Amino acid sequence: MREPLRFITCGSVDDGKSTLIGRLLWESKQIFEDHLPALAADSARYGTQGGALDLALLVDGLQAEREQSITIDVAYRFFSTARRRFIVADCPGHEQYTRNMATGASNSDLALLVVNASKGLTMQTRRHARIAALLGIRHLVMAVNKMDLTAWDETAFCRIVSEFEPLAREFEFASFQPIPVSALHGDNVAQPGLASPWYSGPALLTYLENVDVMQGGSPPGFRMAVQLVNRPHQGFRGYCGRIASGQVKVGDRVRVLPGGMESSIRSIVAWKKENAAASAGDSVTLLLEDEIDISRGSVISSATGPVEMSDQFEAVLLCLCEHPLVAGRTYLVRLHTCEAAATVTAIKYKLDVTAGNHLAAKSLTLNDIGVVNLSFDRPVPFEPYQRCRRLGSLILIDRITNQTAAAGMIHFALRRAANIHWQALEIHKPARAAQKLQKPMCLWFTGLPASGKSTIANLLEKRLFAAGRHTYLLDGDNVRHGLNRDLGFTESDRVENIRRVTEVAKLLVDAGLVVLVSFISPYRSERARARSLFEEGEFLEIFVDAPVTECERRDPKGLYAKARRGELINFTGIDSNYEPPESPELRLDTTQHSPEECVDRILAKLGLA
Amino acid sequence: MKSYLAGLEAESIEILREAVALGQKPVMLYSTGKDSSVMLHLAQKAFWPAPLPFPLLHVDTTWKFRAMIAFRDRIAAEDGIQLLVHINRRRLAEGVNPFTYDSGRYTALMKTEALKQALDEGGFDMVMGGARRDEEKSRAKERIFSFRSAGHGWDPKMQRPELWNLYNTRINPGETIRIFPLSNWTETDIWQYIAEEEIPVVPLYFAAPRPVVRRSGRWIMVDDDRFPLQPGEKPEIRMVRFRTLGCYPLTAAIESTAGSVEDILRETQTARNSERQGRLIDHDQAASMEKKKQEGYF
Repeated sequence: MREPLRFITCGSVDDGKSTLIGRLLWESKQIFEDHLPALAADSARYGTQGGALDLALLVDGLQAEREQSITIDVAYRFFSTARRRFIVADCPGHEQYTRNMATGASNSDLALLVVNASKGLTMQTRRHARIAALLGIRHLVMAVNKMDLTAWDETAFCRIVSEFEPLAREFEFASFQPIPVSALHGDNVAQPGLASPWYSGPALLTYLENVDVMQGGSPPGFRMAVQLVNRPHQGFRGYCGRIASGQVKVGDRVRVLPGGMESSIRSIVAWKKENAAASAGDSVTLLLEDEIDISRGSVISSATGPVEMSDQFEAVLLCLCEHPLVAGRTYLVRLHTCEAAATVTAIKYKLDVTAGNHLAAKSLTLNDIGVVNLSFDRPVPFEPYQRCRRLGSLILIDRITNQTAAAGMIHFALRRAANIHWQALEIHKPARAAQKLQKPMCLWFTGLPASGKSTIANLLEKRLFAAGRHTYLLDGDNVRHGLNRDLGFTESDRVENIRRVTEVAKLLVDAGLVVLVSFISPYRSERARARSLFEEGEFLEIFVDAPVTECERRDPKGLYAKARRGELINFTGIDSNYEPPESPELRLDTTQHSPEECVDRILAKLGLA
Repeated sequence: MKSYLAGLEAESIEILREAVALGQKPVMLYSTGKDSSVMLHLAQKAFWPAPLPFPLLHVDTTWKFRAMIAFRDRIAAEDGIQLLVHINRRRLAEGVNPFTYDSGRYTALMKTEALKQALDEGGFDMVMGGARRDEEKSRAKERIFSFRSAGHGWDPKMQRPELWNLYNTRINPGETIRIFPLSNWTETDIWQYIAEEEIPVVPLYFAAPRPVVRRSGRWIMVDDDRFPLQPGEKPEIRMVRFRTLGCYPLTAAIESTAGSVEDILRETQTARNSERQGRLIDHDQAASMEKKKQEGYF
């Protein structure tokens, strides 16, 4: 028996996906007798077939799904015939569950797209076909279901197929097979249907048993991302991982990235024995002839055609969380076994998944698909997704909520990392700091409008200046008059605002100054990113804390009043969110302490009191 | 090895290595059943020649078959295996048992509550288990790396998307991840693999004459003298075996003559009933497993 066929089912809600899977399980005799009473009871209670057995209920696993007659989450089903084994990811049709469809598609070789014959192609049909193609699925079967409702009308079937064919061509599926079926009655599912003498193609199950989904194209040579280093004792240093592509045998020359060192394969260790060779898909432990620096995230590749490195990529992203994804925001990224920080530097365009048009966009929200530029904090080994799924796929994780924010596929590297170097300068930060007899620092004031940030920062700078310190104050309002005059107050503009100020503050600290940053800076992730750019102990987050009611009462610039009247939108505290710091170095309660007292506390914290 | 088994094996080994590479303090749940035996075998392969980089944890209800405990102790004596056993002592002292408590309540206390206690006491962040997606409807919806809130709850509507082989294992203190390396295996795969790799399993899986009584149309084995016989009830000797193992009063036997792994494979492939049919706790209410999982059951 060959490898199991992994396929997804997708299509609009109500097109009968679950019924079709239920039918496949039924026809391949995967339904056990002890499940029948539960199915009969569920059919009577939730069924949509007037008390007859409702096969869809076999696959809707969660009670919420049975109650609402919809599929919420991707369910995995297993069945086999004498010819082949199948793993089915049954995917939800509702738009809000598109992310689950992508989950199912990411590990599938074929998509079974279900279309309702009486309704024709819908937005979800096109959407799902595009997602399947984006995720690298090369084989598509279109089951035109509920043919019984059209009295097996051949022209209805042909109309749907010809309407879809341009899409199939656009998505460059290697194979495309339309089949008219009735999941409810079983026609053309396991056996040819008697009701459709005009259809001479294979029944669905017959087709699935025979379709060849071997990867075409030209996969790269040997590549394996290292999962972990196995070092049970001094004499054994094994590199564990699953081979992503190609083959390897004992004696082969390999190059390891990052690092670029070369060595040869000394041994391929399997359980209680050694193998001479291994190939794509195998989980192995490799021993090398030489001791070189290899850790989790390294990629071992053939020396003759080694893997490339870059820190700048164009990638397509599928946004998976409610929180908008904006340019300038930094995420944790996982690319094969490598973990790094990655910043979305530009959103090039958003994809209209129905028509395929490119739309201008400043942010991506749940279920949006967009093409972006990503900048990693260091060069990493990779392959374009089209060449190698395992080395070209990534996920972005929100560093604050830990949610998976997006899934991505690398198109290509924007530049080769080898070509750019940070210019090492002779006069460096410690030299400039020593000349000024001070420790350069960034004091970051965050808080609601009118909480007292600027007042305190001003006063503090005067005191530092009087004490002979070299300082600079970056104030939110002032910077918006110059450097950031092109930015507004939407979430994406706020993120960019903070990104620029962070970079300026970093340059000034590098110049040896004590920098005071007085910005609302409402989002935790941007403040976390700012912190990450500075050295340990160089960054002090100072939370100027006053309740919004108190700030609104003070309102020295009359802005709260304007926002209340609706004359200002995206005003922090009114209609735009402020995320208070969880563990600032200092929290100053300005309802309890005067600005002078607050400054004293900061100076005490700095050891300058 | 059959090519599809080699593929399943490679996938499971990759998952086990991810759990160890990404976890601070991983642990493997070990029930002594056939799935646990396969998972343990895969873990030994994944980290060979090193010993297992995590302990095994057995949640003992004190009502397991005697043969399971004997098997467990034999495995625990092997080189490189560290076994932790946890019993919910408080509930045991309160007299919780599978006869006078209904099966749902009993499971909640002696299995689910006990498991949570053991995980909290050990401070484990990555918890590997042998559940398979083909076993039960709600398990078919489970991720391979499945997030659990502080308190071990599972929210099926809030599952993290899981694409490719990229697992989001970022958690806050108190939160945990459950990991299911056997997600894509079926009952038949498990037995095929046991046959090919000659993995030892508890003898209860093989047919033998055993003392049983008939209760609600099911054969329940009288494994020790704690079993309260009803008036007039007398154990009879039948050729039976078990397709799945749990607490003996809650796990029904099937009549069978399958005495070898090959016999079992033949029987599994022509089975008319599902594997977990003999598990009484699956049938105590509709959507029973889904509710148990939300509360923290495996």
